[in-house]
Amino acid sequence: MCTDCGCSIRGKEDKHHHDHEHHHDHHHNSHEHQKAHSHIHNNPHLNDPKTITVIQKILDKNDHEAMHNRSHLDNHGVLGINLMSSPGSGKTTLLEHLKDVCEFNYGVIEGDLETNRDAERLKAKNIPAMQIQTGSACHLDAFMVHKGLHDLPLDDIDVCFVENVGNLVCPASYDVGTHLNVVLVSIPEGEDKIAKYPVMFRKADLIIFTKVDLLPYFDYDIEKEKAVARSLKPNVDILELSIQDKDSLRQFAQWIEFKRKMRG
Amino acid sequence: MHEYSIVQALLTQCEDIAAKNDANAVNSIEIKIGVMSGVESHLLKTAFDTFKEGTVCGRSQLIIHEQPLKILCNECGFESEVPVYKCSKCESLNVKVVDGEDMYLMRLEME
Ligand SMILES: Nc1nc2c(ncn2[C@@H]2O[C@H](COP(=O)(O)OP(=O)(O)OP(=O)(O)O)[C@@H](O)[C@H]2O)c(=O)[nH]1
Ligand SMILES: [Mg+2]
Ligand SMILES: [Zn+2]
Ligand SMILES: [Zn+2]
Ligand SMILES: [Zn+2]
Repeated sequence: MCTDCGCSIRGKEDKHHHDHEHHHDHHHNSHEHQKAHSHIHNNPHLNDPKTITVIQKILDKNDHEAMHNRSHLDNHGVLGINLMSSPGSGKTTLLEHLKDVCEFNYGVIEGDLETNRDAERLKAKNIPAMQIQTGSACHLDAFMVHKGLHDLPLDDIDVCFVENVGNLVCPASYDVGTHLNVVLVSIPEGEDKIAKYPVMFRKADLIIFTKVDLLPYFDYDIEKEKAVARSLKPNVDILELSIQDKDSLRQFAQWIEFKRKMRG
Repeated sequence: MHEYSIVQALLTQCEDIAAKNDANAVNSIEIKIGVMSGVESHLLKTAFDTFKEGTVCGRSQLIIHEQPLKILCNECGFESEVPVYKCSKCESLNVKVVDGEDMYLMRLEME
């Protein structure tokens, strides 16, 4: 059991508590890292105004919880993938159809504003799905996803998708504790989405252009959009996908398989 | 409007620090908001003024430093402050982000 979160998800080996304390700032340069760790000393008689310097990420509690989530996933050998896009870009549809072409088992944590429709759609296809009702929230955070993880059969799945709230702004600020970010952008949304939401597309490990079967009906220069994506993030992976094209679905499944193997 | 959630996180952070320092009030809070953090400063300010009521930050002033995107070129070593991920000297896209993508609490004045 993790003494910080009080949760009892257990995998083969529960090394999570020892890990997280020292990991949070390692992505940043060591200068900031040191400052973030400088301690604030107690001052029992604070009568005069006092200014203290505390360099701390504003979302550090969320980031810590995100690390817990990754340990939970790691302990169960599950790869976590955060799916983000505008409303209606095809996240749930993709998750419904992926099952027909992939060999791994997956579960889904669904973020939906008010309903549990998306989760019902997945359960109808025998995909374990857990709906987080976010109410009026515009994004999922690591705490919400943590609850979802407890309700998914982690021992029976290889991949855990988080279908984030349909929104290209807010979810970009939150690490939910997955390993990879996949951002969808559909042809009918029109050009310029990538240029208008650079923060989101910078976070992507993979960008999927969805509904490419509709390209003949839209004035959409997909090569130009790919160039925009690569100018923001030169090493981003890119896939073109249509639900009608099984090969494109298989390519997505293969990308996931590859990432799974790379995590041992 | 995730600015509301971010302000909640900030207020909790300030309350923890004030409690650790036995402070009764926080007079001012300085934060650094990267232009590529995905957060709008003016929305943050509005959210802060709404939520600070009844907390130890009730009378606090929020000072926001907007941090431009700062990138270091891996090709020529030049450091640019530009709103794109491209070296302004040699136009290389092979750059490292130094600052401007995160949100930090920097300083607190308490009494
Ligand atoms: N033509 C075409 N339509 C698609 C494709 N994929 C999804 N759609 C349609 O797009 C609509 C929205 O798809 P969803 O999967 O519900 O989108 P979503 O991203 O889950 O939406 P939210 O959960 O509301 O954010 C549905 O009517 C789908 O049938 C595709 O490849 N081609
Ligand atoms: Mg959906
Ligand atoms: Zn912990
Ligand atoms: Zn847990
Ligand atoms: Zn350069």
